[in-house]
Amino acid sequence: MSAVIDTHAQDHHHGPAKGITRWLYTTNHKDIGTMYLVFSFAMFLLGGTMAMVIRAELFQPGLQIVEPEFFNQMTTMHGLIMVFGAVMPAFVGLANWMLPMMIGAPDMALPRMNNWSFWLLPCAFLILVSTLFMSGGAPNFGWTFYAPLSTTYGPPSTTFFIFAVHIMGVSSIMGAINVIATILNLRAPGMTLMKMPLFVWTWLITAFLLIAVMPVLAGVVTMMLMDINFGTSFFNAAGGGDPVLFQHVFWFFGHPEVYIMILPAFGAVSHIIPAFARKPLFGYASMVYAVGAIALLSFVVWAHHMFTVGVPLAGELFFMYATMLIAVPTGVKVFNWVATMFRGAMTFEAPMLFAVAFVILFTIGGFSGLMLAIAPADFQYHDTYFVVAHFHYVLVPGAIFGIFASAYFWLPKWTGNMYDETLAKTHFWLSFVGMNLAFFPMHFLGLAGMPRRIPDYALQFADFNMVSSIGAFMFGATQLLFLFIVVKCARGGEKAPAKPWDGAEGLEWTLPSPAPYHTFTTPPEVK
Amino acid sequence: MATEQTYYVPAQSKWPIIATVGLGTTLYGVASIMVNGSQGDDTGGAWTLFFIGALIMAYMLFGWFGNVISESRAGLYSPQMDRSFRWGMSWFIFSVVVFFAAFFGALFYARVFAVPWLGGEGDRGSSNMLWEGFQATWPLINNPDPEAFPAAKEVIGPWGLPLINTILLVTSSFTVTVAHHGLKQNHRGKLKLWLAATIVLAVGFLILQAEEYVHAYTELDLTLQSGIYGSTFFMLTGFHGAHVLLGTLMLTIMLIRILKGHFSADKHFGFEAASWYWHFVDVVWLGLFVFVYIL
Repeated sequence: MSAVIDTHAQDHHHGPAKGITRWLYTTNHKDIGTMYLVFSFAMFLLGGTMAMVIRAELFQPGLQIVEPEFFNQMTTMHGLIMVFGAVMPAFVGLANWMLPMMIGAPDMALPRMNNWSFWLLPCAFLILVSTLFMSGGAPNFGWTFYAPLSTTYGPPSTTFFIFAVHIMGVSSIMGAINVIATILNLRAPGMTLMKMPLFVWTWLITAFLLIAVMPVLAGVVTMMLMDINFGTSFFNAAGGGDPVLFQHVFWFFGHPEVYIMILPAFGAVSHIIPAFARKPLFGYASMVYAVGAIALLSFVVWAHHMFTVGVPLAGELFFMYATMLIAVPTGVKVFNWVATMFRGAMTFEAPMLFAVAFVILFTIGGFSGLMLAIAPADFQYHDTYFVVAHFHYVLVPGAIFGIFASAYFWLPKWTGNMYDETLAKTHFWLSFVGMNLAFFPMHFLGLAGMPRRIPDYALQFADFNMVSSIGAFMFGATQLLFLFIVVKCARGGEKAPAKPWDGAEGLEWTLPSPAPYHTFTTPPEVK
Repeated sequence: MATEQTYYVPAQSKWPIIATVGLGTTLYGVASIMVNGSQGDDTGGAWTLFFIGALIMAYMLFGWFGNVISESRAGLYSPQMDRSFRWGMSWFIFSVVVFFAAFFGALFYARVFAVPWLGGEGDRGSSNMLWEGFQATWPLINNPDPEAFPAAKEVIGPWGLPLINTILLVTSSFTVTVAHHGLKQNHRGKLKLWLAATIVLAVGFLILQAEEYVHAYTELDLTLQSGIYGSTFFMLTGFHGAHVLLGTLMLTIMLIRILKGHFSADKHFGFEAASWYWHFVDVVWLGLFVFVYIL
């Protein structure tokens, strides 16, 4: 490999600037990646704290800790913060760190815009979180902010919420443009599209989804803004509009959005499983086509979120079958991961534990998704805890386990030190048990009819809710251990070699650990 | 694919953080104006915040673009960097296309589904029980609840000002292309003449559009509050007008740069980006003319 290895990363000509301006003014993809990851984890703890409030209130039947009004603000803010503040920025942080190193580029294509994309996020979340302290309280209509709950009946802070969403959208769109320009324009000579690592492929497709749907989100919140403040009637039937229109436009954004939160995890897991099974990924090309198929199908399934709202029968049938079709490419992916592990020389370090749990538990979430896709059955499940169980199974052991797996996999490359394997395995097992305890009973609660977003419940739901709360507290507390492991790893520990994992492949492992501040200033040759 | 060449990674820059503070302050100001105004509170502080934010944004735009222009003129950008800018601009335009698609989607949904259903037709025709006797028409003049959303006298027909505006915008798309050819042939006189003509046509469009709005508000009682027709009409034409205004500003800045001697026959992506944007607002207008005014 022709990469020039600069052994003294702190070289004062090319190293990072000193002090706070390093972070405020940076154009370095590694600095920006770090800021995204730190911000994301801070939001994960904040959103997690809100989840703890929710689970504490639901620990027992009856109202005990918070007012119902505040409970609604907690469910809303928990969802918004986790989706837009924790999961999405974590993947953008991973993209910033890894994409240039994986394709042999010196940096992202548009480095200043990259920094702006990051700094807009703290700004947006400052505005969003400030709504908690405004008169009338924070948004309380759920993270899906359906009209007319969010228009006619929303608190005054809704307008601030709308502008916060606009800023997040600007950030996401610029981040996605940067990713696409980087991948399409900055690959090392010889790296053809079908030689790209899968994390790069999944991010390319994710970035396309982001540019295609974030403006739709901007459109729907703009319509809300106009309905609230300027008397339009997009979502008001009295003026010829329709509240259902809100749901159509929102979910046209919302369904691709859920794939935005999972596709990069697919990519990362497709690196981790081959590395620890010590076998090449099974079916690389089919993995690429499967991700493309999932992305395209994600544009034609949105109304499966709205089966009970009064969609014409032909629509229900179309969206039911289209949704089920997604199981085909997703099944291809799961099959390929399992086939990669089959007869591999497997070891189970922390990244692999999270990756294997990802494959198994994400598949459970996929199956409950298939149940929800059946329109006639959905009338029973809709807006119950079954839905909550379903999307937490795809988001927690899906997106978030994917992020943990990636973090442990690449921490040696980022910090130059190995993390504490025993603590990391403890983190995994406590998270695994806690998360299943928290979310598995929700399936039963939902099937038995417990509605979501309600601070109280009937007595027959008491046992499962208590189990669920205990699991949630366990999962929540365990994440402080993750913080400790990462800080410990960043501060020292056993030195990591350039390639700490036997089976790992890719350009990033040709660089020393920690990766120098500037890498691949001359592109490597890919054969 | 990248070829062997050095790549320009800019040094640290203060502009992104200034842009963040500027945008955050501006939008916090706007939101405060709306919220305080609707509650009858004093909006003075909110306006101050808004103006401070807007000033920071203006400072940032001049500084950041000035920075990029001077780097470009210093010859720091490789052909690869040029391609990154091209990808960036293309996908930015694509994102704005999608933004307009959301509003076109709302228009189609209202016309094809929501209004006929309220009028008792189709699969969900039972919605008619909400306002019995409501007649579905398009353009929707008489709303289901005429007290909340009063009817307009009439809507704006396509064959007056909108037709003239169509001619202006389509012509301006041609003139900007002629100007581009002038630039590529190094005919600076041709470039300046036709770019100036484009800007005149653009300003003409904006003036007529403003006149149409005044006409709608003062004589036709067609307002944002006129139900779903007024909502979609003003949001689509309004956002389009805002993009025309932005495009006109871009073209004007390009003219100023050209008068200062910027751009050469083979390196002029700034000009090309502005003309791409201009073609984009033209195409959106054709969609508007057909689906909002004619049909």
